[in-house]
Order: sequence, then structure tokens, then C-alpha cells
Amino acid sequence: MKKQRRDWMPWTFLILAVLPFFPFNSYQIDVMANAALYALLALGLNVIVGFAGLLHLGYAAFFAIGAYACAFLNLNLGYPFWICLPVSAAVAGAAAVLLGLPVIRVRGDYLAIVTLGFGEIVRIVVTNLEPWTGGPNGLMGIGHPMIGRFNFGVDSRPYYWLLTALLALTAWICSRLRRSRIGLAWAAMKEDELAAGCLGMDTTRLKLMALGVGGAVAGMAGSVFAAKQGTVTPDSFDFIVSVMILSMVILGGLGSVRGAIVGAVILSITPELLREFAVYRMLIFGLLMIVLMRVRPQGLFGASSLKRVLHAR
Amino acid sequence: MPDESLLDLKAVTKRFGGVTALSSVSFEVSKGKIVSVIGPNGAGKTTLFNCISGVLRPEEGQIGFGLKKTRDSLVGCAPHEIARMGIARTFQNIRLFGQQTVLENILTGTYVRTEAGLLDAVWPWTRRAHQESHWAMDKAMRLMERLEIDALADRPAKALSYGQQRRVELARALASDPEMLLLDEPAAGLTVHERQALMDFLRALRQEGLTILLIEHDMKVVMPVSDWVVVLDHGAKIAEGTPDAVQRHPQVIEAYLGVAAL
Repeated sequence: MKKQRRDWMPWTFLILAVLPFFPFNSYQIDVMANAALYALLALGLNVIVGFAGLLHLGYAAFFAIGAYACAFLNLNLGYPFWICLPVSAAVAGAAAVLLGLPVIRVRGDYLAIVTLGFGEIVRIVVTNLEPWTGGPNGLMGIGHPMIGRFNFGVDSRPYYWLLTALLALTAWICSRLRRSRIGLAWAAMKEDELAAGCLGMDTTRLKLMALGVGGAVAGMAGSVFAAKQGTVTPDSFDFIVSVMILSMVILGGLGSVRGAIVGAVILSITPELLREFAVYRMLIFGLLMIVLMRVRPQGLFGASSLKRVLHAR
Repeated sequence: MPDESLLDLKAVTKRFGGVTALSSVSFEVSKGKIVSVIGPNGAGKTTLFNCISGVLRPEEGQIGFGLKKTRDSLVGCAPHEIARMGIARTFQNIRLFGQQTVLENILTGTYVRTEAGLLDAVWPWTRRAHQESHWAMDKAMRLMERLEIDALADRPAKALSYGQQRRVELARALASDPEMLLLDEPAAGLTVHERQALMDFLRALRQEGLTILLIEHDMKVVMPVSDWVVVLDHGAKIAEGTPDAVQRHPQVIEAYLGVAAL
């Protein structure tokens, strides 16, 4: 196998880990923690869209399932965060596989539309399942994580470190996955499903694997989100969140681990930097996106453009 | 044919709406032989390959694969299941993974002979994944050397010439250690020199015990390498036999050259 390009990882995450020691105010730290959260989500979606070529527009649903699973386990069963984290990841991963089963046969733009629908269904179910999810008001009073007697509390700093650690772990796993036998098969399937099938690849299984991995990452992110906020409400998992995460993956470059992280950092920090432009903020943001896609349709670090995923054979 | 058959088609019929692409086609392929399927354009040759490899499902008939004692039916199996049984194929209009390198393309061929799953990729202390990837790499290297494409290993497949792509596709199919190889017009678009090399290569594969089913237009390729020739016309088998016998068969001459030629 070629030399793996993971050399950037130790340095990047070391720098990210020491960032909070610089004199940032708590708002800036919170923006950074949010960027890390989005980067985690972008890495997870990158497995589905970038590695396996499944254009998924309902990714926020798995984020929601993870967050609600964490809230439910903590509030009703009293589980501490460190148990909720892996369990929510497992629940969201399983949900991604189950919701994937009926839609896996359609491809390209059709898959995009069906997953969009499923994403909305999950959000609407969560909004209306009042006895379990608290309906539109959501769930409140979720316990913050504890290490020994240290409570993470409301300060963003410990969450930033936790998210950065999870990000490092996920990035490492993703880059190993990409170079593995399964990763190679995903790449093959993404380009030509028929040829992949004739080479002995069970494409249904491979797709479900990608959904499971991506869903589990979203579930992990969701449970940290729930524990950090202390509350979860359905409007945090709007369709726009799915679109935002997808934009991050596309901006960074489909299939690139580095790209997903950089894309997430750029897209989550830019709107904050543009705050002084007030009402024009989102307009400028949108223009920047359009310019970038014109100049570099394959994204910052990517090799293939979205067109290839949409028109997969 | 006295030899033991490896592939056995019985009355295979495939229809597309009102068109019968294959009508009740039966023949056997003996182990260790090169059998060619010939016929004019639209005779149903590629449809036949698609039925064998599971891409299409025939409406009627049986396709058996394997020696008599352990024969499996291929009808109704998915392409990946059939690949797993030991049938590898190439495509008429080459289907390589263009974005991936030549080496990666050939490595995908070893997929059916390896087992590492998700956890093996994540868990760094497993030896299975390591040993497997070593084995796969070794296999790919040997195939690339044999087909003289080792210098191209790191080039993306889409950047190669037509003849080179054909060889990569052949290497990818062979990387799965198949029992039987289905080649769909492997000589199309090749130069005279490349064609000669292909014929020598096919003979060498037969020497090693591989069974080959070949679709080919070029009679200069078919006649010298084939042990047996099956002729299709309008979806039906009109003749089969040794290359010499088939060439003299009146119906074959008619199908290719028209009645006036008789």
C-alpha cells in the first residue's frame, strides 16, 4: 500500500488541543467548540457521501437521534454521559442502517430526495412524540459530563477538548478506513456499481456499512451536543443543518478527511466573522460559496466533484 | 465433448419486452478449454454474458456452474454471489474505476479472495488485515508484471490508452483467482501486435487450467485459439463445433454473409 498521508494529523490536533490556552474569550471558545462539533459531523457524512458515494440529505436526523438518545438515557434512566456517548452512537448507527434498508436501491439524485424525506420524517416524529421527546419544547436538564469530581458545566472549554479528542479519533479511523479493503470497495462502488458487483462486492452491504459508520459518528456528535447544551429541541436538527454539513463536505472535497475538517471549520467560523455585516451576512456567505464552487468544483482537497455522485452509473 | 463440463446452459431464454434476446440457448463449456461465442451484431452474445454473470436474470432455463458433483445454479444469484463462486468477467466497453490507479483497480479484483471487514480496518492490532493486504499487493504486482503494466501502477486508469485499459481490466479479473473467465470482445480496438500478445496470453491461461468463455468478432482471433465455437444468430444457437467445422457450416456462412454466398 502507498505511504499513507496521515502525517498532518498529530501536528494539527496538537495545535488544536493547545488553542484554548491562548487568550480567547468564552464566545470565541464556544465558536471553536461548535466548529469542532461540525467537523465531527462532516467527517461522518464524508464516509457516506465521500467514500461510498451516497448523496444523503437527511444526515441531521442521525445527529438528532444521537442527541435524543443521550437525553433520554440520561433523564429517564440516569445514565452518566460516558455511557450515553457510546450507546447513542450505536443507536444512531443502527437507525442509519434501518432507515437505509428501504432506500438503498435508489441512486444519485433519487437517493438525495428520499433521504431528504426521511430526515424530515425523523424531525417531525421527534416533534410529535411528546411523551418521549417533550415535543416542540424538547428535553431539558440533561446532566453535564463528569470526570471524577470535575463537572464539565457550562464552560465551552472542556467540551472543546472532548470534541477535539473525538475528532482526532474519528479522523484517524476514517483515514484507515479509506485505505482498507472496505474503503477500496466503497471507492469502486462509487464509480461503477455494476462493475463492483461483478467483482464480488455486495454493494447493498457496503452501502449499509457506510451508513452505519456515518450514523454512529453523528450519534456521537449528537450526544456531546445534548450534554453541552443541557437541552435538546427539534429545531436544532432542521433540514438546513443537513445542507450545512453537506456543504462542508463538498467545500472540503468529497472523500478527503482533511477536507471535511477544513470545510467544517471554514463554514462554521465564516458566518461568525461576518456578524458585523448583520443582515447581509448570509448573502455574503452564499456568494462566497458560489464563487468557491465555480473556481474549484472538486472542493479544496477533493478529487471528484458532486456531479460524479449525482450521475453515478 | 468427452471432457467434464464446468458451465452448463440449458434452454436459457431472455426477453426484453417483446424482443427475445436469447431463445432457448443450450451449450456446455468444458473445464480447461477456450470456448468462443460468435455471431453477428445483435445476436445476443453480451446478453448471454449478462445472464451468466447475474447482471440479467433469464426468464427460462438453467445455468449450472461447477463440476458435476458440486454444481450450483446461477439463475437468480446476484452478480457478487456469482463472482464469489469463481466467475470473473470483463466488459465490452471497458469498465475500469477511472479515478483510481491501475494498482488500486487490480487490488479491487482481490476483494473476493480477502475477508477483512470494518473492524479490521479500525483495529490496528489485527494481523489478518495486514497479512491479507500483503498477499493482495503481491498478487497485484505479479499480475502487473505479467501483463507488462507494472510501469503504470500509479497512473489513474482513465489516463491510459485503450490497449492498456484492456490489459488492466484483464488483470483485475484475474486477480480474483477465477475458475472461469468471461471475456467480452477482448481484442476490440487492439493493434495487430497487441492482438497477437492477447492470443498468446489466452493460450498460456488455458495451459494453467483456466476455463475461458470468449465473445469475439475477429475470426483471426477466434479460430486459432478456440477449442470449441458456439454460433448465435438472432438470439438462437445455430451451430456449435470445432472452429474448422463451424467455418464450413452452411447456416453460419449464411448468417455472416447472406444466402447469396452459398
